[in-house]
Amino acid sequence: MLQPHAHSDGKPHVYTAYHPRWLRHHTSTYWWLQKRSYFAFILRELSCLFVAWFAVYLLMLVRAIGRGEAAYQDFLAWSASAPVLLLNLVSFGFIVYHAITFFMAAPQAIVVHIGGRRVASGLVGGAHYLAWMVVSAVVAWLLLGAR
Amino acid sequence: MSALLMPILMALFGLAFPLGWIAPPSYEHINALVAHPLTRLILFALSMLSLFHWAHRFRYTLYDGLQIKHLNELVAILCYGSALAGSVIAALLLWWPHVIR
Repeated sequence: MLQPHAHSDGKPHVYTAYHPRWLRHHTSTYWWLQKRSYFAFILRELSCLFVAWFAVYLLMLVRAIGRGEAAYQDFLAWSASAPVLLLNLVSFGFIVYHAITFFMAAPQAIVVHIGGRRVASGLVGGAHYLAWMVVSAVVAWLLLGAR
Repeated sequence: MSALLMPILMALFGLAFPLGWIAPPSYEHINALVAHPLTRLILFALSMLSLFHWAHRFRYTLYDGLQIKHLNELVAILCYGSALAGSVIAALLLWWPHVIR
């Protein structure tokens, strides 16, 4: 709708219905293929699918254990089938990628101060890798060593 | 937590045991391990956090990666709803397995 208003010089100022084009850059759906770092980012995002598969696989194991020895043995046999092995192999790769990228980002996200001094990021990162090794060793010991 | 525990569990149960590299734990041993209250709590936290991690990241992968912005609410409901349902199933399996046997 046209609405005339008085201008400072007395001439009417007319606002028009015309609207300029938005300054919007179109981003391709495949923007993540344009740079190696973008691709690494989207791979990291996609690793969430394998994290979800891990949770499902873990719960299937818990269910099998709850159902008795025969169900546990069936679960182990099913895990040895080629499609499940292949899926787990790919999942393992993505899960390790997910873990390493998390440990790489952690020193930048976590700022630790001891006695008024900032702890070096290398130490924060190193502590994460150390915790990873210790937790892995404890889990392996619980499953294999403490039989 | 997921980053710390997932690789070793997937390496053992997903690869080493099925491929015969290492003998899997006996049923008695693993049953006793899972029956421990602390193990159940850790397994529940691990499952829930992994599922919600998936829900959050997958939501934004669809949002940013595929630019499905017009379905944002539906995608969010499906993602977080699935994670919540999975967490409830995890709790049932760990503490009340007779309910969903």
